[in-house]
Parts: sequence; structure tokens; C-alpha cells
Amino acid sequence: MSGDLILRASGLTKRFGGGGFLTRAPVVQAVDDVSLEVRRGETFAIVGESGCGKSTLARLLMRLLEPTAGQVVFDGEDISHAAGPDLTRLRRDMQFIFQDPFSSLNPRMTVGKLIGEPLEVHRPDLTARERRAKIGDLLRTVGLTDAHANRYPHEFSGGQRQRIGIARALASGPKLVIGDEPVSALDVSIQAQVINLMGDLSRDLGLTLVIIAHDLGVIRHMSDRVAVMYLGRIVETGTAAEVFDSPRHPYTQALLASIPAPRVEGEGRAPQLSGEMPSPTAPPPGCRFHTRCPFAGPECRNSVPELAPVDTGEVGSRKAATGTDHRVACHHWREIPLPAGAARSAPHSEPVEARFALYRAAIEGGQVVLKARVPTAAT
Amino acid sequence: MSSDQRVPIEGPTRVSPAAILRLDDFTLRFRGQTVATVNGISLSVSAGEILCVVGESGCGKSVTAMSIMGLLPKGASDVLSGDLSFMGKSYDLRRENLPSHLRGNQIAMIFQEPMTSLNPAFSVGDQIAESVLQHQGGTRAEALRRARDLLVKVGISAPDQRLKEFPYQLSGGMRQRVMIAIALANDPKLLIADEPTTALDVTIQAQILNLIDDLRRDTGMGTMMITHDLGVVAEIADSVAVMYGGEVVEYGPVREIFANPQHPYTIGLMSAMPRLDRPGGRLAIVPGSVPAIENMPSGCRFRTRCAFANETCTERPLPMAAGSGHRVACHFAPLEEHVMVQA
Repeated sequence: MSGDLILRASGLTKRFGGGGFLTRAPVVQAVDDVSLEVRRGETFAIVGESGCGKSTLARLLMRLLEPTAGQVVFDGEDISHAAGPDLTRLRRDMQFIFQDPFSSLNPRMTVGKLIGEPLEVHRPDLTARERRAKIGDLLRTVGLTDAHANRYPHEFSGGQRQRIGIARALASGPKLVIGDEPVSALDVSIQAQVINLMGDLSRDLGLTLVIIAHDLGVIRHMSDRVAVMYLGRIVETGTAAEVFDSPRHPYTQALLASIPAPRVEGEGRAPQLSGEMPSPTAPPPGCRFHTRCPFAGPECRNSVPELAPVDTGEVGSRKAATGTDHRVACHHWREIPLPAGAARSAPHSEPVEARFALYRAAIEGGQVVLKARVPTAAT
Repeated sequence: MSSDQRVPIEGPTRVSPAAILRLDDFTLRFRGQTVATVNGISLSVSAGEILCVVGESGCGKSVTAMSIMGLLPKGASDVLSGDLSFMGKSYDLRRENLPSHLRGNQIAMIFQEPMTSLNPAFSVGDQIAESVLQHQGGTRAEALRRARDLLVKVGISAPDQRLKEFPYQLSGGMRQRVMIAIALANDPKLLIADEPTTALDVTIQAQILNLIDDLRRDTGMGTMMITHDLGVVAEIADSVAVMYGGEVVEYGPVREIFANPQHPYTIGLMSAMPRLDRPGGRLAIVPGSVPAIENMPSGCRFRTRCAFANETCTERPLPMAAGSGHRVACHFAPLEEHVMVQA
């Protein structure tokens, strides 16, 4: 079963601060007892609001940070405390795409150098000529051209820079790419181009993607499976369809209800979550969401709910999890109703649907032909 | 509707007598450039109305807002045309700005990044009180009382404690509430909000949008909200101006824009948005990216990225009526009446 797993985290915990000789910095519980499994070739998304620990989790998975407790197994190898040559090898197999394409590229290096750098480290066997050819290949893979290699990052737009970041991540031939908010700094039209590119790459190169994001639309579009985080813990996980179409955790439900959407006539605004996430220096006891949860009871304040399968018929411990199942960490999920109807888009009339189809056909390379029409006064 | 009946129209079509703000044919060019950054835009905001100006980076939406506020640095740009009317008074923007005493008083503005817009060295109470004292006078104690009321109004709990706190002690959502409190200090007639929720998490964004929605209902304040998020537009707007390359390419009531989008750019933006109800597959994109202002094409500025453009588009399209209060600047709108696509 573990054959198709590429990455497995178990009981992963990261605390920052504390210690100190004379003073004690407050301890931040950034990630607390997180277990997850990522399968080869899938796109796995981690979603949550700022401060929920999703970026820390990504850095733990990549061994950019060392966990306080727990372990990360990548391709059958425990990497939680990897160092030296093992770490170099790991960097080859696992790459990172950063959020901000403006600050993550060295402005003094040409694009060719930027992409060539990981090749020099991880493929020292290549001659200069081979390396140049490879840089050209990578640039074309991400939709740029060979000529771009001689230019500097400032000559590119945000979307192009993100493509350069992706080409750089792909240079070492990684098996897994982690993207921390890879499209959130981009405009909508550019964002769509990069989303399409990442989808193509994961399909064509068989890449496994782990996407960290806060934009639920992007996540729904890109990912196969999703983990929802709140204050350092995973509160719900499952396939994208399970989590988005039948969310069980009250936090997931609130998150989905917060997505701005056209309001249906006569329908009130969706109930909103009150308050804000408590500080991770002093997380509430029991279920961490209980301070904002409309369904919280006394047990929620005292005992930590386990991330348990939603399917009640199944007998199985956490260990026996296959990863296909929908899991939720809530004492009360059985009593909480599923949110009603998920159709969240303005209905289009038929001619307008036809107009969208026309647009898509033209964008995808169809030939545009003018219809003959009665000349107007203007022509 | 056949294309023959379409008539060019001038200015906003839906000018109600209660229009608070009206901008007509506003064109602005930065010094040292040959192409106008904002090119002939017209819009209006009525009492209690939320107008969303939507577009991508560099479409001129913030420049427009700054110009209305008179906040652009002097000598950096030339206004080539444009009349601004506010509360019934007209100003020729080529020669004058909105009088500064209206700024922060009758017209208030909030920005995207509440951390950088608040002064880190002054308490929340002082910063709100400053705005009250500046425009209403009175004593500091009175101003602080008013500040406390405002904090309550924007939904901040424990207002007495918050008055004494400094910006760094507040979360992002809380800071944006403080910014809104400052904006509301003098009961503005118009609120200009430049990407007010972009830096916030989605659950906090929902709270802030609800707050703005409640405020306009209670106070009848008009709101011009700049955003790039069509989801936010759908949620809160009454009317929408879609901007591209410094021009308003489509304008109309929100229901019209979403149910009957006409401009290829509007259609492209909507197609490019990942949708919760239609996951997977490839998104239909808007190809390329916005050209730099000096490379902006003549005629229709969108034509370099438009799949339907031909030589007709080298001529600038005039805004045409496309429905009730709905106008669009495209030679080929609606598409299905003008073009076919062959595989």
C-alpha cells in the first residue's frame, strides 16, 4: 500500500520559541500532531487562514525546518533530520515554488543563470553546452522561449516571473514540488495561465504537487485531495469533492460559506464566523475551534477530537487509513447538518452560455469568422 | 436586439438625481509618456450605491481613485480632460482638484494595507480622534468619545481598551476596522475603498464586506470599491465598471454584468476564474499580459490580447448601450451576433 505513497508525515509537531537563558520567549505551537499522506502523482492541497501553520507544515515536509517531534518519510526514507549529502539529494527530488515572484528571483542573475544554478548543483555531469540546451528546454516547458535566458528578472511580468520560478524548480528533475501560494500574487488572467501550466506539468511529467493556498476556488480547481488546517491541526481531510461538497467540520463549512459569491434573490447573507483565530502561543484547550464554534459543547473544551473517518460503517484505526477516506476532527460532526445547495454561480441564459463557449473555442485556437451583417450607418 | 439599433452613448447611463459622484470623460497622462494612462473614463456613484471598479494591475483603477481624491503628486501628471461633480458641484479636473477640506470629511478613503496606512507611533484612539478634531474641532475628550462610538460602530469589542492600543497590537481584520472607523469619523457621503479586503483572510474578508454593506444601508453613503476579485464584486456590488488598460470597457448593474457579460475581456476574466462548481480541466484564459503603457495599442486597447480582434479594432470602439444601464465598448459585442468560430 505504501508503494504509491511518496510522502508521509506522522505526528509532526513544530514549536518555536521558548528556551532562552534569562527570558522565556512565548512558545508558538505552529504545527501540532499532524499526520498526512501524499500519493505519487496527485495534487494535494493544504488550505487554511494566515497563522494556521500551513507554511510551517510545508517547510517541515521539505525539511527546510526540523520537526520538534514526529517524522516525515519521503520515498521510503525518513528525512525528518536529514543532513549533508542526504539533504542535497533531497533538494534534488523535492523543490519549492514561492509565492512572490518578485522577491524570490535574484535580480542580478540572468534567467539562464537562475535556471542553470540548480543544474550546476544537481547535475554536475552536464557540459556547459548541455546545460544551455537543458535551460532552453525548461524555458519552453513553462511557455517561455530560449531567447529569454539572457534577460534579467526585472524585464518580465509577474506571470512570466512565476514561470521562471517554476522552470527553476523543475531544473533538478524533482519528484515532488511544493508550492506555497504559487498563484496568489498574480492577476486573475495570469493566475489562470499558471494554474493551467501547473496542471499540464503534473500530468505530463507525472509530478506530485503539494499546494499551500488560501484561495478555495484555486484549490478546488487544482487538487485531488485536500487537508483543512486550523491553528496547527488538520481538522478535515478527504478528496476535494468530499471536502467541498459535503464539508463536515464546522470550520470547513464556515470557510466555504465565507467565499464571496453572488447572492441569490431573497436569500440572506451566509452566516459568518465571528471573531478571529486565537493566538498560537495560547491555543485553546480541547478542540481548538471551540471558541468560535456555534456547535461547541462542554466536551469540546476538554478533549481533543481525533481525526476520524467520516464513514461510520468502517472499522479502522488511524493507522489503517488508506487516505481515500474522508476524515474529520469534530466531536459533533454527526449532528451538524450539511450546508444546503452548493450551486454558487449566477445562472447564465443559453445565448450567454453560447458566448462563453465561443470565447473558449476562439482562445483554444479556433478560427474566428465574421458573420455577414447588414451594414450599419457607421460603416 | 440587432446591432443596427445600437447607438453610441456618452457618459454613465444611469445617472440618478441622487448621484453623489460623477466623473465624466476623465483622461490622465503621466509626464514623459505619450499614451494616456487613464483614457476617457466615466462613472457615477449614487447614495447608498456600491460601485465596484474591477480590473487587473495597471488598468488604472487606483490612479482614477487617487485622482478623484486629488492625491496624485502635483507635476507628475497632466489631466487632459475630465469633469468631476461631487454633491452637485462641478470641478474641471484640468484646472482644479476637489477642495482639500472635503477630503477625509465628505470623501473618505481606505486602502489595501491597513498596517502601512496606520501610524505605528500613535494609539488607535489618537488616530481616530485626529480625524474628528481636524474637521469638526471640539475638545480632545469629545473626540475620543466619538472615537469610542466609532469603534463600536465598526464592530470592535472592548472599545475602551482598543482606544489605548497601538496598531501592532491589532490583527489585520481589526486594523482594517480601525481604518474604516477613521474613514467614517466625519460621516462621509462617499467612501473610496481601494482593495480593502485583499490582504485579509476569507472569513475576515466576509466580516469586512458585511460591515461595509451594513454601513451604506444605515448611512446612505455611496461607495466606490476597487477590487480585482470578481467574487467580491458579485457579493457586494450594485454596479460594476470593468477596466482594462485605463479604459472602462464595460459598465452596468451587477446582475447584467454577470448574467450578460458582453466585452471579451469581461468574458475572459469570468472564464479564467476557478469555479467551485466546475472543478478540473483547463481554464479558458486571457492570453498574454497587459502591455506596458508605452506599448498600449491604438484603437481598442484590448485588441492585442483579444481572440476576436481584426483590423476594425484599430479604431477605438465607442461605448454602446447593451441593455438597461449597461454599456460596452467593443465592435463585436455581443459576440454571437458578429462572429462564428470554426474548429
